Amino acid sequence: MKLQDGVEDHEVVIEIGGIPIALQTTDSGFVSLLKGRYRDYIKAETNPDFTFRVELIAPDTFNPEDDVEVWFENGEWRLERGDFRVTWSQESREGLIRQTANPYSIDSVLRITHTLLLARAGGFLLHASSAVRNGNAYLFCGLSEAGKTTIARLAPSDVALLTDEASYVRRVSDQYVAYGTPFAGELGEPGKNISAPIAAVYLLKKAPENRIESVEPAEAVRRLLRNILFFAHDAELVRLVFESACAFVSEVPVYQLSFFPDERVWELIG
Amino acid sequence: MLTSKTYLAKSNDIAARTLGDETIIMSTIDSTIFMLNPTGTVIWDAADGNTPLSRIIEEKVCAEFDVRVEQAAEDAQQFVDELAAHGILVVSEEPISPQ
Repeated sequence: MKLQDGVEDHEVVIEIGGIPIALQTTDSGFVSLLKGRYRDYIKAETNPDFTFRVELIAPDTFNPEDDVEVWFENGEWRLERGDFRVTWSQESREGLIRQTANPYSIDSVLRITHTLLLARAGGFLLHASSAVRNGNAYLFCGLSEAGKTTIARLAPSDVALLTDEASYVRRVSDQYVAYGTPFAGELGEPGKNISAPIAAVYLLKKAPENRIESVEPAEAVRRLLRNILFFAHDAELVRLVFESACAFVSEVPVYQLSFFPDERVWELIG
Repeated sequence: MLTSKTYLAKSNDIAARTLGDETIIMSTIDSTIFMLNPTGTVIWDAADGNTPLSRIIEEKVCAEFDVRVEQAAEDAQQFVDELAAHGILVVSEEPISPQ
C-alpha cells in the first residue's frame, strides 16, 4: 500500500480470541517488531473487526508517570497511560494509537482493547495462566507471585500452554472457551494459538503439599473479580463484567489448588 | 442511631448477586467488592426503601436467626453504617422512592 506522499503504509492483522485487529503504520521497523512479537497470531487475508492507525511518537511526549485511564467520551473510547494515547470508536471500528516504538505499549493497548470488547460479549481477561490437556482448558488464577508461571513451567509435555499471564475467556455458543494469547508473563513466551472449552479454574496457593478444595460460589466470584483485568471507568461495563463473572461461576467449577511447586501438581490436573 | 424510622434502599451504583446464602456486591463507581453473610443478605434483600429497619430486624433477622433483638440491632447498625459509608446502601428517616 502506498500513501499519497509516497511513504509505504503497512498493515498487520493480529487475531487474538478470534477477534482480528489491524494495525497500520508507515514504520517498517515497528512492523518487524509486531511480526516478531505476535508471529503466531498474525492473520493474513482476514477482514479485521477493527483498524487502528499507529503513530509513533518521541519518548517523553507524555508524562511517563501517568497511570492508565480508560473512559468513554463523545462516542469514543479513550485509553491513556504515560506511554500512549488511544482513541477509537466502536461504531466506526477505527482508532488512532499514539505511542513510542516499544512492544510494551502496543501490548497494553491490545490487552485493554480486548477487555472492552469482551465485556460486551460475556467474556473477560483473567490474571491466570492457562493450558490445554486432553482437549480441555484449565485456568490457574492468582495475583503476582501466586504461581501462575511456576505452574506453566512445570507442565508436562502433553500440555499446551495458552498463556502464563493473561487468560482469554469468551462465551462461545453455550460454553466458555479459553484462547491462547501472546500476552506473556515471566515465562517470556507467547501462548499457543489454540482454544478449548474450560473445564475448571484453580485459584492458586503455594503450600507444603498438593490439595484441591471446592470454593463457595460467592467467594469464587469475589476472587475471580479481583483477578479480572478491567480498566475502564464505565458503570455499565463494570456491571456487565460482574454479571459475566457470576454467570461463569455458575457453569465452570472453581477450586482452590494448594500446591507444592514441583511436577507432581500436574497429576491432579486433567 | 437506628430507629423505627430508619429506611434502607439499595444504591443504583452497584451490581449484586445472591449466591447460596451469601451476597456479593460490587460498586460500579470504584469496583469495590463487598461480601454479605447470611444475616447481611437478609437485611439486604429486605432493603426496599419502605420497610423500616426495626421491622426487618424483628420480622426477618430475629425470625431466621437465633439472636436477640438488641444484639441484632447493634449488629445491623454496624452493617448499615459500613455499607452506607461506601455508598452501597441509602439510609433515610423517610421511606425512599425508587430512583
